[in-house]
Amino acid sequence: MATGDQPVMNPGGPLSGTVARRRFVEALLGGGFLATAVAFVYPVLRYLVPPKTSDLGGDSVVAARVGELKPNSGKIFRFGSRPGLLIRTADGNYRALSATCTHLSCTVQYRDDLREVWCACHNGKYNLDGRNLSGPPPRPLEAFDVQVRGDEIFVRRRREA
Amino acid sequence: MNASRSLRAWLDQRFDWDNLVAPLRKKTVPLHRLSYWYFLGGITFFLFLIQVLTGILLLLYYRPGANEAFESVQYIMTQVQFGWLIRSIHSWSANLMIFTAFAHMFSVLFLKAYRKPHELTWVSGVILLFLVMGFGFSGYLLPWNTLAFFATKVGTEITGQVPLIGKPLMIFLRGGEEVTGATLSRFFGFHVALLPGLATLLLLIHLLLVQRLGISVPPRLEMEWAANPAVKREMKFFPNFLLRELMAWYVALGVLGALAAIFPWNLGVKADPFAPAPAGIKPEWYFLFMFQTLKLLPPKVGFIDGEILGVLAFGLVGLLWLLLPFFERDQPSRSRHWITGVAVFALAYIAGMTVYGHFAK
Repeated sequence: MATGDQPVMNPGGPLSGTVARRRFVEALLGGGFLATAVAFVYPVLRYLVPPKTSDLGGDSVVAARVGELKPNSGKIFRFGSRPGLLIRTADGNYRALSATCTHLSCTVQYRDDLREVWCACHNGKYNLDGRNLSGPPPRPLEAFDVQVRGDEIFVRRRREA
Repeated sequence: MNASRSLRAWLDQRFDWDNLVAPLRKKTVPLHRLSYWYFLGGITFFLFLIQVLTGILLLLYYRPGANEAFESVQYIMTQVQFGWLIRSIHSWSANLMIFTAFAHMFSVLFLKAYRKPHELTWVSGVILLFLVMGFGFSGYLLPWNTLAFFATKVGTEITGQVPLIGKPLMIFLRGGEEVTGATLSRFFGFHVALLPGLATLLLLIHLLLVQRLGISVPPRLEMEWAANPAVKREMKFFPNFLLRELMAWYVALGVLGALAAIFPWNLGVKADPFAPAPAGIKPEWYFLFMFQTLKLLPPKVGFIDGEILGVLAFGLVGLLWLLLPFFERDQPSRSRHWITGVAVFALAYIAGMTVYGHFAK
């Protein structure tokens, strides 16, 4: 913007009124734009974050019915929004683990020939307590509590001791 | 400063950048007491950009389908943070955009900016207006609420009135005989894929034409300037007018934000195809003048159905409207003021019928 023909600045001297006023107006304008940008960008950024989905079923779910699983077999069940693995060992006991592999989140399965939990994606293996035995998995699978009540097999998350 | 200069040099070496932006620098905006009407096209464009942006945001959570659409919009409005605001801005901006598009069109008419060589700019603009109304009609159904359901039913039924092509067209629009989830799928496709593609293409043509042909000088001013070049007053488009335009956008953004926050858009009740239509069902305000006209027509005009006559008449008027610039002769002449007369009549008719339709039972 042209400032007209009068000299506006006196080098070494105090700022003339015109320059100070312009600085003020520029700061006001810039501040206003900045505030507007924040006011419009902030809601958009918050909008982009998906709301937390409530874990359907909460802490405890019915994973299967008694008699549904033969000894030495396993079954994937829904635990909230993630899969769980219910195993009936060869001696007839129930075990429940998270079915999400700790390596890259594939869903694991029970191998009756190995009697181990196996992840097909990268050949990771876990024992029936969920401990990682071989392959790339860095951590054990989370183990859940199993309770047989009447006809139903309940699986619940372990309480922190 | 140095970085921007070297970036410009980089671009200039490769794309002949300075030559590319030269027309932008050459373009001028005529200055007169009605110059501020030139902001309207730009504001409409700005609102279109807002629509694209908020539309993409809504697509992150919206799900088409009769069993999910209403619930997903409800989810956006109640669960997603600021979802209500994004949807409200999308709805308000849509309505404001249609309003500014109409205002832009009438300002072009009254300033006689459609004259040679601007005929195709007018044609592309009118097609854009039709597309924008198509956006409105298709987008209105997407939340799948009762009002939208019946508005779509009536709107597509009117299409079905057109002789010969009406019925097949209606079935094409509805994706069947009735308004169902299939209609919703189609309207969703029109709204987020077909219409945006067409509108973007036409918008580019429209802007390119404005860029190439420059801004029309009103005829009376043109004569004055020709008689006495000393009174000619113009403003450079870049950067002088553009900066003023950006301020207008800023004001538009403020108005939009305030409306959306203070009057959030309602969702209504979920559509039930087997429930009776609620009383006082009406289309959106920009269709109201046509809706009200059809309502006023008698059932039979001569040997032809009133509704059919009305639909055909609106089709014909729309076509003539599109071709309006071609009815004006080159030579400016006193007897050619009839187009302005037509424009005054059209504006009065649309405004009058809209208000009447709004208050009519």
